[in-house]
Amino acid sequence: MTVRIEARSFGVRYRAAPALKDISLEVRSNEIFAIIGPAGGGKTTFLRSLNRINDLVPERSIEGALLFDGIDLYRVPVDIPELRRRLGMVFAVPVPLPGSIYDNIALGPRLRGGGRRADLDAVVERTLRAATLWDEVKDRLSLSALRLSGGQQQRLCLARTLALDPDVLLLDEPCSGLDPISTAKIEEALTELKARVTVVLVTNNVMQASRISDRTAFFLQGELVEVSETRRLFTNPSDRRTLEYISGRFG
Amino acid sequence: MTGRTRAAALGFTGLTGLACLLIVAMTAVVLGNIALHGTERLSWEFLSESPRQMTHGGIFPAIFGTFALVLLMTVAGVPVGVAAAIYLQEYARQDSKAVLAVRLALENLAGVPAIVFGLFGLGFFIQFTGRGIDRLFFSGELTFGQPCILWAALTLAVLTLPTVVVATEEALRAVPRAYREAAYAAGATRWQVVRYVVLPQSIGGILTGTILAVSRGAGEVAPILFTGAAYFLPQLPDRLNDQFMELGYHIYVMTTQSPDVEATRPVLYATVFVLLALTFALNFVAVLIRARVRARLRAA
Repeated sequence: MTVRIEARSFGVRYRAAPALKDISLEVRSNEIFAIIGPAGGGKTTFLRSLNRINDLVPERSIEGALLFDGIDLYRVPVDIPELRRRLGMVFAVPVPLPGSIYDNIALGPRLRGGGRRADLDAVVERTLRAATLWDEVKDRLSLSALRLSGGQQQRLCLARTLALDPDVLLLDEPCSGLDPISTAKIEEALTELKARVTVVLVTNNVMQASRISDRTAFFLQGELVEVSETRRLFTNPSDRRTLEYISGRFG
Repeated sequence: MTGRTRAAALGFTGLTGLACLLIVAMTAVVLGNIALHGTERLSWEFLSESPRQMTHGGIFPAIFGTFALVLLMTVAGVPVGVAAAIYLQEYARQDSKAVLAVRLALENLAGVPAIVFGLFGLGFFIQFTGRGIDRLFFSGELTFGQPCILWAALTLAVLTLPTVVVATEEALRAVPRAYREAAYAAGATRWQVVRYVVLPQSIGGILTGTILAVSRGAGEVAPILFTGAAYFLPQLPDRLNDQFMELGYHIYVMTTQSPDVEATRPVLYATVFVLLALTFALNFVAVLIRARVRARLRAA
């Protein structure tokens, strides 16, 4: 398996306060890589460093290196919009933009300048199917995206991200506000998507990580405590703090 | 509750209520008075004809002049204000010294009295810019170096600038950060985020704020006193360097310069009525836009 993402002693500071310290790990292609840990541990910071959406935060500084397909994202000049298309992100709170379901999914392709109607139609159907939303909305694609339920909105956001044709999916607690049925649908979609993309999944839900991920990393207070095969991490963690966290003793 | 606290509570409620009543009463007195006396002299001729002496004829040149002035100041000032607000809010680093300087400048500009703007217009636009243009392009012949509608409009544009910037910034700030991030995450450039997400979301607020700012500025007389308003000018302005009549200034002139107060009073009332009606119409448009935007957001 090839390495898609590699962190080498990677760290992030906001003003002077470190949010992420000395992270070294690899994400391999076509795996679901889960990041678990209590709030404030730097999970989201790590994810948002990957597509450089963290650039929007002023007074942030970077240490170490973060590589995507061998390219050092913070040392080599990168085409940031293109980077964000290759590493598509889904946020914790579903953010459908005002406008129709169709327009939401067409956003990425249109921003890139590809807007042929027939192509877009195909993209909309393909991505909605992949996000397991197609059957629920196929007859009302012109409906405002804001009228969908929370679970549907989040799957729409997944479809919108898939329309970018990304190599990697960055998911920031995508199921945090969703009911079990919607969660199951998203997990089902992710398991199928794994064949084509690499998934980095930040989750507060330890069970979710154990259900669908191949490997898991445990972040605690900005540090990487442990990273290993999910099954091993959950059955035989090498660090006492990991055991305490997954068995619900803190966090 | 003891009797004392109950009395205090009651008294406080009464006082605050009284303050509200006072506001309504003042408005009613002012508007009622104007509506009562202002409509006496009102007629189609009054609205459509030129004045003949002070008390005869209509005020059409003043209405036309007011419209032309507002249009010019809007065209000159609003794009600059909106663009500056977009830069401040969407492009500039919020903690930079330049942004601080611009904000400080805007706040100071907002605090400058209208009459000072009038003098500034006279000094900067007419004496400096106008005379300069005359020397450069008209071999010194007096063309733009005199009070005219162009300089009056520019003076008013500068006066409304801070309000337009603040209103636009507020509208831009109201666009959720999550929308911006969603667009960035979809591979949008900064310009695309502004063009396809931020502006469509804030255009209602920008329009509302801008119209209110313009309608506020349109009622100012002091800035145009020395920069272009004419005392009595039956012809309409047809060039940028013509002088013009204006409703607010006309009211000022009739109030202070009339030899026979009793004779001018009906004309004065009617003119005030027209000015108020125009200002209200503008505000009403702003309210309509706001209501439509709100309804659209709710429907979505």
